[in-house]
Amino acid sequence: MALIEASHLSKRYGEIRAVDDVSFSVDRGEVVGFLGPNGAGKSTTMRLLAGHLRPDAGAARIAGVDVAADPVAAKSRLGYSPEGAPAYGEMTVREFLAFAADLRGLAEPTDRVRETLELCRLSDVAHQAVETLSKGYRMRVGFAQAVIHDPEALILDEPTDGLDPNQKHEVRRILKGMAERKAVIVSTHLLEEVEALCTRVILIARGKVRCDESPATLLARFPGKRLDEIFRHLTA
Amino acid sequence: MRAFLAILAREFLGYYRTPLAYVFLAVFNAFAVSLAFFVGSFYEANVANLDRFFLYHPWLWAFLAPAAGARLWAEERRQGTLELLLTWPVTVWQAALGKFLAGWLFLATALLATLPMALTVGWLGDPDWGVVASGYAGSLLCGGACLGVASLCSALTRSQVIAFVTGFLACFVLVIVGYGVLDELLSGALSPEQVSWVARLGLWRNLEPFTLGSLALQPATYFVSVALAGLGLGTLAIERR
Repeated sequence: MALIEASHLSKRYGEIRAVDDVSFSVDRGEVVGFLGPNGAGKSTTMRLLAGHLRPDAGAARIAGVDVAADPVAAKSRLGYSPEGAPAYGEMTVREFLAFAADLRGLAEPTDRVRETLELCRLSDVAHQAVETLSKGYRMRVGFAQAVIHDPEALILDEPTDGLDPNQKHEVRRILKGMAERKAVIVSTHLLEEVEALCTRVILIARGKVRCDESPATLLARFPGKRLDEIFRHLTA
Repeated sequence: MRAFLAILAREFLGYYRTPLAYVFLAVFNAFAVSLAFFVGSFYEANVANLDRFFLYHPWLWAFLAPAAGARLWAEERRQGTLELLLTWPVTVWQAALGKFLAGWLFLATALLATLPMALTVGWLGDPDWGVVASGYAGSLLCGGACLGVASLCSALTRSQVIAFVTGFLACFVLVIVGYGVLDELLSGALSPEQVSWVARLGLWRNLEPFTLGSLALQPATYFVSVALAGLGLGTLAIERR
């Protein structure tokens, strides 16, 4: 069974078709790189899958649960970090994660918070207010709330945006460590990230899926071209 | 239930994480007491009751409930945390109710801080404590009605300033409805029955019975209805974002 499934999803903003009949599914063990120019519909698709927006047509399913029909059940199986990794700035990291654990109704919340702090290497800043943290730490806090319940399905909107190379490496390391057990979608502008992390590429432009295949297959289709050249070619 | 309580606790404690809470408590108490003394001639009246104290509470709530309620949703939108909150496994109604009750509880602490006023009256004279209690209950309900309106205004914007100003204007309308000045203006166009019917839609006319010690059902229903209308419409606005 696909853990994340988009089935003919469509979403309009006035005259603009932000997402136009998008279908794909992601299985356990897959890390899908979500690529596309700004405004292509990546974030909107992710918001539809996470249940933040309601589709005009089509359905989003998390672990087989229709997000529109049973949002609470679907959301409890999904970890989602929106673009920019928003968090309650005035709370400390520990308070924020404890709040996330409470809202998710986790058993043993204190243990889960401690484990997540360790996993995301946040223990040193656990007592600091989120708004006082550097961008790298804040992105990790956003990541931490998304994995606190060890979800089967994980959707991360630009989790490495604005990070330095070491921090990017760190986030990818954590993601790789858990990828086998999960279905993961990561949106990114970094083509190197796709090659380093993803088992599959979904390229979206003007709300439509332009390609959906493994990075190796994609590269093989355009012999001699680099990924950025292929990106430009497919999104032009 | 745990999610609801977590939201309630976060929002309530959230007030005390910022200077807002202390400024709010200070301003509320300063105005509540000085309006009663200087405008309401509380001292000169030489009567051991609090109706001159409660007389100005609709004004206070109209101004301060929007100040307390402005952050409820607008701040979530500004910080981007609304997307987070609504993709966690909670319903919008759980979140809305938790936020509203947290705000109301906060207003209750402000009101509670005026208790020395009542105790002083008790020390100097012999007030009817039932009437004092019903006055406090009425004021709290009045504050809840204003907070309901404020939470609706907060749900419609990402700016706390706009939420505050629109919330204040909406509450201001509810305050002046039923005030003498408006009654006189309306009496030119409407019959006396119609004027008195309009007055019943205002905050003051519904608070008055409480300050006189009568716990009537109709005014209580009015306050609860205004609060629920604001809360419900605000929640719908968030749900249909």
